[in-house]
Formats: sequence, C-alpha cells, structure tokens
Amino acid sequence: MAMIDEPLYPIAVLIDELKNEDIQLRLNSIRRLSTIARALGDERTRKELIPFLSENNDDDDEVLLAMAEELGVFIPYVGGVDFANVLLPPLETLCTVEETCVRDKAVESLCRIGAQMKEQDLVEYFIPLVKRLAAGEWFTARVSSCGLFHIAYPSAPETLKTELRTIYSQLCQDDMPMVRRSAATNLGKFAATVEAAYLKTDIMSIFEDLTQDDQDSVRLLAVEGCAALGKLLEPQDCVAHILPVIVNFSQDKSWRVRYMVANQLYELCEAVGPEPTRSDLVPAYVRLLRDNEAEVRIAAAGKVTKFCRILSPELAIQHILPCVKELSTDSSQHVRSALASVIMGMAPVLGKDATIEQLLPIFLSLLKDEFPDVRLNIISKLDQVNQVIGIDLLSQSLLPAIVELAEDRHWRVRLAIIEYIPLLASQLGVGFFDDKLGALCMQWLKDKVYSIRDAAANNVKRLAEEFGPEWAMQHIIPQVLDMINNPHYLYRMTILHAISLLAPVMGPEITCSKLLPVVINASKDRVPNIKFNVAKVLQSLIPIVDQSVVEKTIRPCLVELSEDPDVDVRFFATQALQSSDQVMMST
Amino acid sequence: MNGGDEVVAAPVGPPQPLEWKFSQVFGERTAGEEVQEVDIISAIEFDRTGDHLATGDRGGRVVLFERTDTKDHGSSRRDLERTDYPIGRHPEFRYKTEFQSHEPEFDYLKSLEIEEKINKIRWCQTANGALFLLSTNDKTIKFWKVQEKKIKKISDMNLDPLKAVANGSVASSSNSVCSRSYLANGGYPDRSSNDFSFPPGGIPLLRLPMVTTHETNLMARCRRVYAHAHDYHINSISNNSDGETFISADDLRINLWNLEISSQSFNIVDVKPANMEDLTEVITSAEFHPTHCNTLAYSSSKGSIRLIDLRQSALCDSHAKLFEEQEAPGSRSFFTEIIASISDIKFGQDGRYILSRDYMTLKLWDINMDSGPVSTFQVHEYLRPKLCDLYENDSIFDKFECCLSGDGLRVATGSYSNLFRVFGCAPGTTEATTLEASKNPMRRQVQTPSRPSRSLSSSITRVVRRGAESPGVDANGNSFDFTTKLLHLAWHPTEHSIACAAANSLYMYYA
Repeated sequence: MAMIDEPLYPIAVLIDELKNEDIQLRLNSIRRLSTIARALGDERTRKELIPFLSENNDDDDEVLLAMAEELGVFIPYVGGVDFANVLLPPLETLCTVEETCVRDKAVESLCRIGAQMKEQDLVEYFIPLVKRLAAGEWFTARVSSCGLFHIAYPSAPETLKTELRTIYSQLCQDDMPMVRRSAATNLGKFAATVEAAYLKTDIMSIFEDLTQDDQDSVRLLAVEGCAALGKLLEPQDCVAHILPVIVNFSQDKSWRVRYMVANQLYELCEAVGPEPTRSDLVPAYVRLLRDNEAEVRIAAAGKVTKFCRILSPELAIQHILPCVKELSTDSSQHVRSALASVIMGMAPVLGKDATIEQLLPIFLSLLKDEFPDVRLNIISKLDQVNQVIGIDLLSQSLLPAIVELAEDRHWRVRLAIIEYIPLLASQLGVGFFDDKLGALCMQWLKDKVYSIRDAAANNVKRLAEEFGPEWAMQHIIPQVLDMINNPHYLYRMTILHAISLLAPVMGPEITCSKLLPVVINASKDRVPNIKFNVAKVLQSLIPIVDQSVVEKTIRPCLVELSEDPDVDVRFFATQALQSSDQVMMST
Repeated sequence: MNGGDEVVAAPVGPPQPLEWKFSQVFGERTAGEEVQEVDIISAIEFDRTGDHLATGDRGGRVVLFERTDTKDHGSSRRDLERTDYPIGRHPEFRYKTEFQSHEPEFDYLKSLEIEEKINKIRWCQTANGALFLLSTNDKTIKFWKVQEKKIKKISDMNLDPLKAVANGSVASSSNSVCSRSYLANGGYPDRSSNDFSFPPGGIPLLRLPMVTTHETNLMARCRRVYAHAHDYHINSISNNSDGETFISADDLRINLWNLEISSQSFNIVDVKPANMEDLTEVITSAEFHPTHCNTLAYSSSKGSIRLIDLRQSALCDSHAKLFEEQEAPGSRSFFTEIIASISDIKFGQDGRYILSRDYMTLKLWDINMDSGPVSTFQVHEYLRPKLCDLYENDSIFDKFECCLSGDGLRVATGSYSNLFRVFGCAPGTTEATTLEASKNPMRRQVQTPSRPSRSLSSSITRVVRRGAESPGVDANGNSFDFTTKLLHLAWHPTEHSIACAAANSLYMYYA
C-alpha cells in the first residue's frame, strides 16, 4: 500500500470513499468528483476514473443522480471538448436505469455535453449513442433517447437525418406508453430542429399519430405539442393542421385531455392568430368554461383573465362574460374559488363601465360566497379592485365579508384574513379603518388559537408601521395595554409579545413612557411564564431605549428576576443581563 | 375467442377437455405436519410473460419463483417474446428468492393491529432486468424491486486499512477515516476544491479502488411505500396499462396512484354513504381493463359489477355500465344476498370478458352485454342445502378467487377440500373438471359438474377415500372439509398451467 503524504490525505480519502459502504460518504465523494479528477490529471481521468464510473453503476439512486449531474459539467476535467466523447458511456448507462429522476438528469447532462461537442464527434459518438438507446432492449433506454434527438439532429448528415426522423416516428408508436409519452413530451424540442420541409410532412404525421393515441396520458401530452408546433409553423399551416386538433382536443372524451386544453388554450391563440381565435377558439373556450367536469371548469376559470387579455373587449364581453356570470354561481366551490382568484384581473381588460355594470355584481356575489376560500381570494386581490372602481363602491359590501371572515370558525380562515389586514388598511385608508376594523384587530389578540394571537400581534405592528406612531398612540397602544390585565396568563403573554414587536416601531420615547412601565409591572406577575417573557422582552428593549433607562429601570428589574425562585425565570433574566452587559461594553 | 392451435387444426367442435397433470409442489406438507398460520399462502400472481410467479403469505413474506424450462433464459426481452415453446414441455419453476414485504404494525391513533398478511401482489413492468412488483396488506402498498446485485470486493485503497486496524479495532479505524473525511469533505470545502494545486499531469501516487465482483446476489429493495390512504381494508390493487398508474380498492373507496408518487393519491370512487347506517353495499374487488387505460371494473357485495370510465369525470361515482343478474323471483332467502357477493373479478387478456366469482358460481360476462352473464358455471350448487351450517361457521364468507386461461377459453376457481375446478367456456364445450391440489389431481367428470365424481384409479387421497365411503350427494357434501379451502389460484398467461395454494403448499399443474 502506498504511503500518502499529509497534504494528499483528504483527497486520498475522497477517492477511497467512492466505494465506502456508507452511502453518505459515497455521495460526498461523487459530489467532489471534479476534485478527484483534478488530482488524477485529465489523462488518468479519461483512462481510469471515467471507466471506473462506467463500471460501478449499480449504486443507490442518490449516488447515481449525483453522478449524472457531475458528469454533465465534466468536460474541463477530461481535457476539454476534444475529449468530451469519453463522458458519453457512463451517462449512456445512466440513461437506462429505472429511476426516472436519474434518467432525466443523465439526459440533461448528455444534452449539455452534446451541445458543446464538435460536429464531427457528434456524428461519430453522440448520434450512434442516440440510436443505441432508441433501439434499447428496455423501455427505459428508449424513454431517454427521445430527449436527445434535438441535440443529435442538427449536425447529422442528410442520410442520418432521415434515419433519425424515422426512428423518432417509431418511438412515437412504441408498444410501451411510457416511450410514447416521452416522445410526445420531447416532440416540440425535436421539431424545432427539423427543417421546415420535413416539419410539414414527417413531424406533422408523427404528431397526428400521437393526437390519436388510445392512451389518454399520451394524448394529453400531445396537447402541449400543439403550442410548441404551432409556434414553428407558418400561421396558415398552423390553422390548417393544428387548429382542428385543438378543437378536437377541446371536445375529447377524456376530461384530463380537456383539462390540458383549458390550461393551455390562451397560448394556442397566439399561435393561430386573431381571426381563427375568434371563429374557433373562443367557442372552444366557452365550451370548456361550461364543461361537465368541475376539474376542467376549474382550469378554464383560472385562465379567464389571461384569455380575455388576448381578446378584444367586445369579444370578451360578448362571449366570456356570460360564462363568468354562470361560473360565479357554479355548483363547485373550487370553480368559484378559481374564478375569484383571477376575476379582478378582468377589470382593466373590460374598462370601467363594463366593470361596474357587469363585473361588479359578480364580484359582490363572490364576496358573499358561502365558501370562505372564495371570499378570501377576492379580498386578496383588493388592490386591483381599488384601481378600477374605487373603494367607496366596495366598502359597503366589503365590510360584512371581512367581519364574517374575521369571525369564521376555522382558524385558518381567520389567519388568512389577518394577513390581508395591512393591505386592506392601506387601500381603505385611516378613516374607514378606525371605524370598522380597529375593534376586530383587538379582538384577534384575544383569540382562542395561539396562531391567531401571534398573527394578531404581528398585525398590530404592521398597522403601526402603515399609519405611523402617532396614530398608533391613539388607536392601538391604549387598547393593547389595557389587555395586560386579562385574567388569563396566555393572553397577557400575547400582549407582551405585541409590546416587543411594537417597541421598535414606536421609538424610544413612547417605549419608555408607555410600554416599559407595563412590562416592568408585569415582572410582578404571579405566573413564571409571564416573568421569563418579561425578561425576554426587556432584553429586546435594551437596544431601543436610552442607556440611562437601562441602568435605572431595566437592569434593576432583571436583577430582581434573576433571583426568582423559578429556574426558567432566572435563566432568561441572567441571559438578558448578560446581553445588556455586552451592549454597554460595545458603547 | 379463437384461441389455441388445436382449435385451428380442428375447426369444428369445441376444444377437447384438458388432461391435467401434476407438475410441481413447493412447501409440501409431510404427513401429520402442522401448518403454521404465517406460512399459509394468501396471494398468487404470474407476471405478464409467465416467466415468474410470486406468492405472498400471511406472515407478510413474498416468495418469487422463476421458470426454468425455457432454455434461452436470460436472453433479451424481445427474444423471449418471440419464443415459441415447443409442444411437450410444460412450465417448470424453481425457487428464486423471498423477502419480508410487510411486518405487523399497530395503528396507535385507532388502536388497531395491522396484520402483515399479503392481500394481493401485482407485477409491474420490468426494466433493466430487474423485477418490479406491488404488494399490499390491509393498509399499506409497497413497490418492490428485485435485482441481481454484484457482491463487490474492494481492494487497492489509497489508505491502508490494515494499518488502521493495527492501531485499534476495525470500528475505530472506520471512525477515524470517517471523521477525517468529514473534515475533508465538510470542514474545509473551499480549501480542497480551490486551494489544492495539482500538477498538470495529476498525482501518480493516487489510485482508484479496485472493484472485483465474484458472484451476484438477489436483492429485494422496497422502492416506495404508499400508505395512509385507506380507512378500510385494501382488497385489490391493479396496474393500469399506461404503465404509470395503479389503483387500490378498499371496502368503500378506490384510489388512483402514480407509481412514482407515494405521497398522494386521488380518490376516484367513493361509495361511503353520508350515514354509515345507510350502508348496504361494499366494494369487494377492482381491476383495470388490460388494455383500455380509462376503464376499470369493480364488484360489489350485492353481486353487481360496475364498469367505470375514467375519462368521464374525475370522481367516478356514476358507472358507465352495470352488470348484474336479476334474481329469480321467489327464490329469495336469508342467504340470497350473502351468496351473491362477488369475491373476485378478473378481466380476460383481450379485455372483452370479465370473470366473476360469487359463493355458488363462476360467471363470465361480456362487457358489451349488460343484460346478464354469457355463461354461469355452478361451483358449489351442492352446498345449497348446507348454507345454514356454512353461515354458522362463517365459511359462507370465504373469498374464492378465479382466473382465466391466457386464450380465454377456460376458467378456473377454487373450492373446499383443496379442490379446484376448471370449466371450458368456448361455445359448445361441456368441459368441467374437478381437481385436487395434491400430487394426483385428475378426477375428471364432465357430465355432472355439480359434484366431483371419482375415478377408480389408485389414488389414495382423503377425498377419494371419503367419496368411496359416502357415495350419496348429501353424505358427500357432509364429508367436505371446510377447513381446507383452496382460495387462491392463478393461470399461466400463455400456457395451460395453473398454480394454486393449498394452505402453505403451492401446487402447479399443466395440461
């Protein structure tokens, strides 16, 4: 056995651990493969390390995944692009493993390497590799091959190109649905490299086969191909070949295929141009908005704004708006919820008049929806509403909705509305807020659920930030401080938390005059939990207040707490004292 | 339904009844040996090619067998697909490996014990020479990969492991290496990647470990666990022809899974009523169509089979087709509903027919004809007078499985006393054979399919002895042994070969 010098020791360990029994160590070594390669030099990397990796490929998936990733950036370590082909064999085997994520990563790395390889090397090494994988015995190899054609094709000589197109079309008719799915997924990428002449013949016939596949899972991937191919074709070809397919798909027997269409239709509109959109795609979209299957309507409703943006306002008002009205009373709450999350975006498209006349009633009815998610989705987009119709029109209907959500029995709903309160405050302005919402914010501080109280404390702080300390002095601080006398210690703790959050916002003066006395008072509380929280709050106040206040008020209080009978109180008090020492030292 | 070669050779008339012969037995019981509960086989399944067979048992184990009579074993998949097995040979299997698939568990939230018993096994698509299968107990489905793993011997390390051993124990040596390496890998990550300056030709002193492999070892690894999706007991799992999804069914729900995603599943059928007191019907079995990825069938305790189309809706609460037989008027009794409950359904390979098994009969349904079954085969008609006793001892709730031959011309199912029955279902055939899961299976009887007749041949099995003692039908019925029941059996996908489970023994027959 060789003696290894001390400086080489770590790298020697790294190499040995390529074969360690502990997977974590193997993984570490693989992640540092470039270091190993540099230590070996590029020639030995080519002749020893890469073959070594090729042979030892029955490792755990995590290791293989890391290996596939590392090899993708390995060209510099094997001696540059001239030698890039030596990296292909290990990645080729990784392309055949059964774990999808490893295969995908190997394909990605192969593409990365192939994109840098010289044309001659591609022909000599890369294209044969693609052909081998495409003829692979196991479906896993054939699945991987589909993702490599777009790299191989451009540099292939004419005869090879013909062959590659033929192979791809065979892959699209493979026995295994997995292979056909992969071929369908990668068709767009491959088509982008194929010459226009063959695009209309070969590729379109491949595509048509896929669109008629009897496996739903293949057909729905072909939907994505529509958009990709549509962008490659001339508009008139697109109308001739893609448009009928889209219209067919939008009436496919399988709801999953229609779901895909509903999700992607607006992209297809761009490909076919305005006129066919008006004549064919708008009716198709309207059908999807009225689909039998709720999942399809959810997808369609979620795209309503995006779709309207590519239409003229007249078309949108004439065709889409009636459907939107229907959807706002859809039997499925999820459809209404999807609609509520995007409907506000329609306002700028429709313009102010149409919005007030048509959209506002829908909006208001969604705001009264029995399902809280729907109401929340509307409120979350409140800034968009405000821009179009102004808050006055809304405030009347808004307030009951907010109050109802604020008192919803599901705490997650209450939590969600609290998060929007600062947004509401900024939109509604101080006056409205004082009247209606101030009380709610205080009420949340006394919620039964900790998460709500916690969020409420945060909310108070954000309001203080929004409206400034003076406003907070009037509208927040007195009410908050009032609650320190709550008989339940958990609520008193919430107030302490709120104080610690408010103090930085309110500034030293108010902190000293208003907040600090309350905290000091709380240090006499009978509950130890309150007392050690006092210690924590005091610690957080130290940087805010003046040094003299620390000396005169905070430290004596902490000293007293540090002699408390309770161990936790003593601990936190001592900690606070130490940090006050540090602050003093630094100043 | 035009099947085997012999049919083509003799176009007139139904195929000849098969002459069944004993092939193999695994785990045969010696006389007087007591069967351990955990060894009782609870699932049998051939893979798609018929080259492998898996059994599961009540102890949560899965045992794999591989076919040995194909000489080009191990050649490429495509060659295997093309292989035409010469006549005269029959499938022979040998033990391949076994693994512990499920362990007994305890659900602390519900204070429920979860048995380790394997309820169903389903094979998945093979890849890279590795075998994949799904196995399930009452609650949890697992995805297994079984593969030959090379046993590696590593030598020629940079650091001498012996030197370290000399300094202390092996354990401490590995510790010291580990701690050092953590330092190298984790402690100074920047240093070792950036500050190391290596000479242009590399460092000749360093070398890669040598890996030598001497032998291989079969390894079963659990790749995924699909858990926490069923409130009731899982009775079926079934792969979809799309190769990426499968379903699992319990008493009230059917869930759809992606094989690669174990964290979520979609509920596609839910028959749970809002009020459990309104519950009248449960799901007993479910299976995907063999080629139509969007079609699946499930059976119910009321004796109906529902075909659902996944394309129609995300929640398939309404069926596309309903298959049920109208009960004869006046025949209704306390047991009518119990014996109508379907214990198993299977699609034929071509997907046109569904075979169902209820307590008394086997029924073959054409999915294009929902008015009634195309054939009904009496399996347990002779037990009708005994239903009361069978109810008393719970036998009436036994769940017998059924299977179809690869060509779809014959069907088979199990019975009591370790008997199983094979029926011909081609038009015009009267083939009805009763066999016993023993080394002498063949007791043919064509004319009176309601009870097994006895040949006078030399067999000395229990049934024959009893049969000789009690020739009458009633007496014969009495003598049937309800404790030895043959619930699980499977037909080889391409050949006339049946594997069936009698308690802990796996019997294989061919014709």
